[in-house]
Amino acid sequence: MLAYTLKRLLAGAITVWFIATATFIAMHQVPGDPLMNDKAVSAEIRKNLEQKYGLDKSATEQYFIFMGNMLRGDFGISFTQQNRRVNDIIRDHFPVSATLGLLAIFFAATGGVLWGALTAIYRNRMPDIIIMFLVILGISVPSFVFAALGQLLLVNINSMLGQSLIPVAGWGTFAHMLMPSLVLGLGTMAFLTRLMRSSMLEVVNEDYIKTARAKGLSPVRIFFRHQLRNAILPVITVLGPQIAAITTGGFVVELVFAIPGLGRYFVQAVQQLDYTVIMGTTVFYGAFLVFMVILVDIIYGFVDPRVRLE
Amino acid sequence: MTDTTSFQPTHEDFARVKANLSIEQISRPSLSYWQDAWVRLKKNTRATISLYIVIALAAFTLLGPVFWQVDSSLQDLNQISQAPSLPKTAALVGAYKRWDGIILEDFPVEPEAYVESVTPVAELRAFEAATTQQVRLIWNPTVGAGGYNIYRNQRAPEDFNDLGLPLGSTYGGNEVSYEDRLSLESRDYYYSIVPTDGYDEYEVFTVTEITPRMIITVSDARDRNLISAGEEDNLGQEIRLEFHPFGTDYLGRDMLARLMEGARVSLFIGIVAPFIYVIFGIIYGGFAGYFGGRLDVLLMRFADFVVALPFLLFMILFKIAFGIGPGESGIFPMLVALILLLWPATARLVRGQVLQIREQGYIEAAKLLGAKPHYLILRHIIPNTMGVILVTLTFAVPAAIFTEAFLSFIGMGVAPPTPSWGSMCNEGVKTMLSHPHELIFPATFISVTVLAFNLLGDGLTEALDSRMRSRE
Amino acid sequence: MKFVLAVVLLLLIQAANAEVDATSVDFKSQTITIALTQEPPQLNGMKATDQVSITILGHVMEGLVRYDRRGNVVPGVAERWEIDDKSATFWLREDARWSDGSPVTAHDFVFAWQTGLAPTTASEYAFILYPVKNGEAINRGEMDPSQLGVFAEDDRTLRIEFARPTGYFVKLTAFISYFPVREKFFKLKGDRFAADATDLLYNGPFKLTEWTHSASLKMVKNDNYWDRDKVHLNVINADYITADTRARLNLFIDGKIVHTRLDGETYKDALTQRFRIRRFSTGSVFFLEYNHRPERVTRNRNLRKAIQLAFDPNEMVNKVLATPGNLPGASLFPIWLNGVEDKFRREYPAPVSDVDVKKANQYLETAKRELNLESIPPLVMLSSDSPTAAKQSEYMQGLLKAKLGLDIKIDIQTFKQRLAKMTSGDFDMVTAGWGPDFDDVMTFGDLFASWNLNNRGRYSNPAYDSQVRIAMGSSIPKIRMDAMGELQKIIHDDSVVLAQYEQGVIYLMHPKLKGVVRRVIGADPDYTYARVVK
Repeated sequence: MLAYTLKRLLAGAITVWFIATATFIAMHQVPGDPLMNDKAVSAEIRKNLEQKYGLDKSATEQYFIFMGNMLRGDFGISFTQQNRRVNDIIRDHFPVSATLGLLAIFFAATGGVLWGALTAIYRNRMPDIIIMFLVILGISVPSFVFAALGQLLLVNINSMLGQSLIPVAGWGTFAHMLMPSLVLGLGTMAFLTRLMRSSMLEVVNEDYIKTARAKGLSPVRIFFRHQLRNAILPVITVLGPQIAAITTGGFVVELVFAIPGLGRYFVQAVQQLDYTVIMGTTVFYGAFLVFMVILVDIIYGFVDPRVRLE
Repeated sequence: MTDTTSFQPTHEDFARVKANLSIEQISRPSLSYWQDAWVRLKKNTRATISLYIVIALAAFTLLGPVFWQVDSSLQDLNQISQAPSLPKTAALVGAYKRWDGIILEDFPVEPEAYVESVTPVAELRAFEAATTQQVRLIWNPTVGAGGYNIYRNQRAPEDFNDLGLPLGSTYGGNEVSYEDRLSLESRDYYYSIVPTDGYDEYEVFTVTEITPRMIITVSDARDRNLISAGEEDNLGQEIRLEFHPFGTDYLGRDMLARLMEGARVSLFIGIVAPFIYVIFGIIYGGFAGYFGGRLDVLLMRFADFVVALPFLLFMILFKIAFGIGPGESGIFPMLVALILLLWPATARLVRGQVLQIREQGYIEAAKLLGAKPHYLILRHIIPNTMGVILVTLTFAVPAAIFTEAFLSFIGMGVAPPTPSWGSMCNEGVKTMLSHPHELIFPATFISVTVLAFNLLGDGLTEALDSRMRSRE
Repeated sequence: MKFVLAVVLLLLIQAANAEVDATSVDFKSQTITIALTQEPPQLNGMKATDQVSITILGHVMEGLVRYDRRGNVVPGVAERWEIDDKSATFWLREDARWSDGSPVTAHDFVFAWQTGLAPTTASEYAFILYPVKNGEAINRGEMDPSQLGVFAEDDRTLRIEFARPTGYFVKLTAFISYFPVREKFFKLKGDRFAADATDLLYNGPFKLTEWTHSASLKMVKNDNYWDRDKVHLNVINADYITADTRARLNLFIDGKIVHTRLDGETYKDALTQRFRIRRFSTGSVFFLEYNHRPERVTRNRNLRKAIQLAFDPNEMVNKVLATPGNLPGASLFPIWLNGVEDKFRREYPAPVSDVDVKKANQYLETAKRELNLESIPPLVMLSSDSPTAAKQSEYMQGLLKAKLGLDIKIDIQTFKQRLAKMTSGDFDMVTAGWGPDFDDVMTFGDLFASWNLNNRGRYSNPAYDSQVRIAMGSSIPKIRMDAMGELQKIIHDDSVVLAQYEQGVIYLMHPKLKGVVRRVIGADPDYTYARVVK
């Protein structure tokens, strides 16, 4: 078990190194100049800026310097916020994204498993049809529409009540987090519902279920002990990458609800070609994702005894 | 009792009975796995309907432009953001002529002394017949004013804070006219004039109601082939404007034509990309899961690596790598980027399923019977993961459509004027309260597509699942 | 289904009236809450370039002079001043204090200007300090910063020597690049200078007390400010940071913020809410810039003339932009600029040429002949990735196709890629805009001088350059304005750029908040003199 985990972590580190290298190369291939801005500057000033960010060195040299710094856990200074270190940016904003993302995943996972199981049990009957209709609505409307509608909903609830019950935007209290995390988790919830339903339908007819039924186990027990536990596997598989995607991919939600998360930095950094922030966020995000995947695989081994961790 | 002796078996009695083939004839033709699936799919009403919807969508995309030959990038600036309606008419008028307005010679520009309050302006009226080309307002000056602010609303103002849009100002108590040309439609407008001291407003106002007449200039009508030669002098004549059954967008472009053209982008991206990457993911995940061991570890680590690559950055890179110049829609690089970057999720999912299935009894049995790996994977394992795969696929369709929409959202989608449903949604959501049709149409098309693929996916799952077959 | 019904229902309710909640303003504590469009990337006045940073700095800092409500120059840190062609002297007030209680001295200005010009600072706005003697040479690294023509005669007297006559110098000193910096504090903070609320000293009406990056800022009245009696607000909370206009409108409806800008998409919703909509000109000019490099067809004057005669700025303003406040573009010089005695554009009216498609096509034919081309190859129109820019490009594309049969390829690029392409000349036309940096015609005038680095289309015309030089070399308003008038004619005749519109915005302001000033240059909106009424 421990050996397996260590092996995976080592492989993970190599993956992260690959990601960093690929991103570094890609970033330098993208045309555009991170030092350019609205106002043109003189050649001398440019030279100084290049020196400050080490852009006057060759790409190979820059690569090794970057890798060296990365190993020491230093991602350098942002190009757009010239007195902020990338480490500080990640430290300040990742917890926000993570909180939002975890809450969203919590909504998505509990909702998805619950609704999915429900639809499978009531297959082709009214609850199934209604839930599946909502699911399709949930996936066929883009998140920016949901975000806009969700906010509008809050505005209207507040104006009907004549007071600000739930904040329309911003960050801080649990009330602030509710709507954005719901909106953020909606698509994933719909996806998980569908996945859970079809996986549940497959499990329902397995021999061990028949055996369990024949043994005279109560339906509730069969549901929780056998069906749910077996059907949940695909859900767990996709959860790993989904967690990472949600915790860093909430750009639209963060924008609409004015949330100080890392997602905004990630997208803006690419648009602004902010080299250090791109590298910092990508490496951090990659490491986070790899770690989540490892975690999921280990959990997998616990949930399904048939899967051996070798 | 019969005479037993009378029966003498002859040689013929021992002749071979000819097999009566007609008895053993199988009444129904033998069906292969896929034929059976097809039959069962056809029995599923919902799946059949959705199949027809998919066919209809394909027809809409491919045949639609044959029947609705309207250029999707043609701008009809006389009909901007029009809701779906019957064809409209407009009066033919000449070209716009500059108007210098009215500046009174015998009235002071600035009041001689500041006054606490003034009377509202009198006789606010249209200088000449108001049209959608221009509304010209004039009014009588009010003593003490150093200028006027002009407002426009679409309903009668209730109080001083409800005057509507601040159109503009005049700077001088003697400048008593204003010309409004701001996106005029043929509807009721309530214009208000508020006198100012040159900077700040006096809290009095005068309102008048004006309904501009819908017009089109001769040159516009000629450009758009709405009039034939010889008709050009018939100013004032009512002519029929172009018909937009689904309304128009923010530049007056025909929504129906745009939806058709957008379908090409969205369905192409939304169907082709998922198909390719899901199939790739199935094979990749199937092999990784089946063989396990070192190969699995290697393949999965590579998948992790791809997942963690920053999508946006590589998107830009692909755009450049494929030499997408200005003006080109950039659909192809987007497709490639989607395929190259999105397959790992399916691969992981399939691998997880395979890991589970390969431990099952029937696989062991097949193995003992000497089944080769590729046969096992293709014949036993993949069909058994079909349910999960189809779900992924049906979700990959909207996901791909929205990835394209998200790229449009941050300005990196298909190049204008090429429309896509995603980018149309994107534009539509901004005006969802004032022009809901700009959001509802593309969103409905996406929903219907997704719905169709979901139901089809459901039907396929049931049709392909041998275990469900056995239950019938 | 219920969800859908609920949404539909709410959309209907949306049409109903909503009262402004009073939480964004508080009369008793004189507190207001605002939203920012982005996190200020840089609160170091020597290096900041963006509008959000400039606005925050305008509230927490003060230069030698400042602008009052009506836009007139009034004393700031300096009590009085004298200026001639060669030099200027400012006498600083005794009671100007930093937020730590120490006095603001002439040395603080000398240090700030020297540091701002030092090539190691790499300030983008360094050019604005060039009127000070040796400024340009220092910025190029040819001289030591200590040789800058600014001297602290004593703690309260600041003398400046000019590189050239600069009549508008006093106005310049209201700009962030001219704000003082305390040397001791700057050196103490090192790299961290201005990185957080505690890493900056304040001498303005307010001081920054809290700064949670990307989330919120808090400005509190500065009790050490010399003119504190004129400041009514005690606290300005910037609790929300989002670029999404609809989100900000929702916050305004919910009574959470005092001000929000509207756009073409949101103003109709504001109208149904019965909010008072206000209007303001930003002072920026938007235009289509041509590539004048030799290998480009847009170098051909007749082609540019054809486009000029086919384009109707009125249509663009009224039908495409479709929000009040924008003015049809007529000149590179916006209407608010001052001339000799009156507004510049009144003294020197912009030449106009009415739309004439027939004539435009004649020009086009001439262009084809001159270029030896059967037809004009597709022109590349570089555009930024903002929705407005994309919309304008699409409009231009449709227009030029319909009127002149020209094919336009729109090339939408993200910020840095667009700049890179502009600089390398990889375009035929580019949608661009220019906002004023200081209150003088020259902020627009020298834009297309052959030596200007922002002249990314490489327009080069000796006649243009010589007019700029005349205006730069003189401090006599008449001579300067005459030169700029000539310039305006050249720009029109040669169709250097295609002026599209002068930007105007519409916005909402809380009815109980009075005295907020909108400015073309500097902090905008300016809450310095604002107060909450009952």
